[in-house]
Amino acid sequence: MKAKDENRTFIDKLLDSDVAISILVVMLGFLVGTLLILLVGRNPADMFSSITESMFGVAKRNGDWNFRYVGETLAYSMPYILCGLAMGLPARVGLFNIGAEGQYIMGMTAAQTVALLVTPFPGLWFFCLIAAIIAGSLWGGIVGILKAKFNVSEVVATIMLNYIALYTSRLWGFTLPGATTYNTAPLPLESKLTKFLIPTSNFNTGIFFVLLMVAIYYFVLNKTKLGYSMRATGYNKYAAKCSGISTVRSVTASMLFAGAFAGLAGAIVLLGGAFPKGRIITGMDNYGFMGIAVSLVGNNTAIGNLLAGVLFGILKQSQSLMQSRNIPKEITYIIQGLIVVFISLRSGLEIVKQKRLTKKLREEALSK
Amino acid sequence: MNILTQLPTILMIVSPILIAAIGGMFTERSGVVNIAIEGLMGLGACAAASTHYLMEAAGAGRYSLVVALLVGTATGWAFSLIHAAASVDLKADQTISGTGINLLADGTTIFVAQILFKADRTKEYQVGMLTDRFGMYPTAYIAIAVVIIAWFVMYKTPFGMHLRACGEHPAAADSVGINVRLMRYSGVMISGSLAGLAGGCIVLTQTIQYTSGTIGGRGYIALAAVSFGRWSPLGVTLAAILFGGAQAFAVISNNIPALASLPSEYFNILPYAVTLIALIATSGKDYAPQANGIPYEKGAS
Repeated sequence: MKAKDENRTFIDKLLDSDVAISILVVMLGFLVGTLLILLVGRNPADMFSSITESMFGVAKRNGDWNFRYVGETLAYSMPYILCGLAMGLPARVGLFNIGAEGQYIMGMTAAQTVALLVTPFPGLWFFCLIAAIIAGSLWGGIVGILKAKFNVSEVVATIMLNYIALYTSRLWGFTLPGATTYNTAPLPLESKLTKFLIPTSNFNTGIFFVLLMVAIYYFVLNKTKLGYSMRATGYNKYAAKCSGISTVRSVTASMLFAGAFAGLAGAIVLLGGAFPKGRIITGMDNYGFMGIAVSLVGNNTAIGNLLAGVLFGILKQSQSLMQSRNIPKEITYIIQGLIVVFISLRSGLEIVKQKRLTKKLREEALSK
Repeated sequence: MNILTQLPTILMIVSPILIAAIGGMFTERSGVVNIAIEGLMGLGACAAASTHYLMEAAGAGRYSLVVALLVGTATGWAFSLIHAAASVDLKADQTISGTGINLLADGTTIFVAQILFKADRTKEYQVGMLTDRFGMYPTAYIAIAVVIIAWFVMYKTPFGMHLRACGEHPAAADSVGINVRLMRYSGVMISGSLAGLAGGCIVLTQTIQYTSGTIGGRGYIALAAVSFGRWSPLGVTLAAILFGGAQAFAVISNNIPALASLPSEYFNILPYAVTLIALIATSGKDYAPQANGIPYEKGAS
């Protein structure tokens, strides 16, 4: 009897723990992905070896250590973490920001504008990052104002702004020095972020700014008056309004912050080493869209976002390894999509919890 | 430069947006928001393109177009069941579930292409849909039929009335014996099927293969057309013509010497900008079905 009670409390604890549910959901996503790989007659071991190699850099086949993979994984993680934050903060206010992609593009565009038009001087990169933060922030702020003042659905508005950002970035890119159809003149060395720790990879000092943003996210949300009013708005807009909180301010501020995070991501990707020239993008990089999944897996918390961002970085880096091993790299997108679908099913757990509670109460009542 | 000569082009681009938007209208009138329309269109388009290529290569002739559209429709329907189960049975957050399906669709379509054709796109087929003697694509007639049937079903049948009741006040509908779960499932399935059909229409008229950029946000534009058209068949049709027309302008502008010299990006922005401005212009007043996007819990009110 006692053992049964302990057993129950474990499952109850599991159901109550957001962290456990997130881990469960990720595992479930991988499980279905593995089944799919089996279904099309490929070897799932190749998928997992690609993933572990991206995590630790150790190749199982010949025991080679390739730290470049770890560096690339971390480099890919940076924009994911930032875009996760860009989704997470508005989510805490009750907004669904699908616009991180557009804010990311605007940040990248601003960064390459400063890099190409300002006469190079040491430390130029810092001003590129600042420009990106401001541009992303403004692009996000537009949505904030539209939502707060005009009550425009932020879902459709942000998606439209993503495409407007894409084409605006192209139009603007054509006017930059040395512009062709695909890229601009080479970015000056002074605008590049310095390589860090693993010089063979694109991992760079941008990581300090990423960590700073994670800290800012935590601090603003949990330790400031603004953060309190943001969370209050998210829990119950009307109650917040009644207790004198300016929901307009919460909504707008959350979008300004979100844009800053995503804009910085754009600059870090551009200046991080993978692109010798300025970019004239033909499509979306999808970091912004994936930020939605990152933040959902990370439960919109600072640390959760950090860890989920690294997970997505691992998946991104493992793509090229998978493709070389005859596993279609799109399996990673499928796994990510499945994870989001499974997270949305979380509300189904509430129904399970309710049933368990009813059963427990009934048993207690009968035993008396 | 006569606008009438451009009518077939305009209708070719408007039709899929209109078909998808009518589907979106059904699901939202039943009380479920389905932002997965974008992904479902992609799945339908990929399925239609693959089917048409394989059947054409096997020498099936012109019938393969019909089969391809049906396969696209069925694919959209099948994947919409995920959204229906999530949002109706499990009371999931409908935006998250829809986003998940959109991400899933991006992966699944290209994954399938990798398996079938060993490339990140489907193989090009030889001949897509052909125009009739008025220069019209069959998709235009399909779209017109969809609108008329939608209007009839929505306003002239008991099913339509029950569906609308579930979107306005599910508890009241439930109390008079309407099966809310069934109605909402129907709404989502109609939107899934029509989104799949719309995807097939895009790929078989406007291009020769499915790539990751084939849909390019048109599902989201269809969603915007639903709210801009105030959830009525006529309104949605006019909104789809406006948004689709803005998109068609980018194609037509190539034929106008004065405009052809401008970068095409100016015209590419147009549909998205028009949609955004339309959203802002109609904000403030709320015409949405009362219970749109809110899960219904039996006995909890």
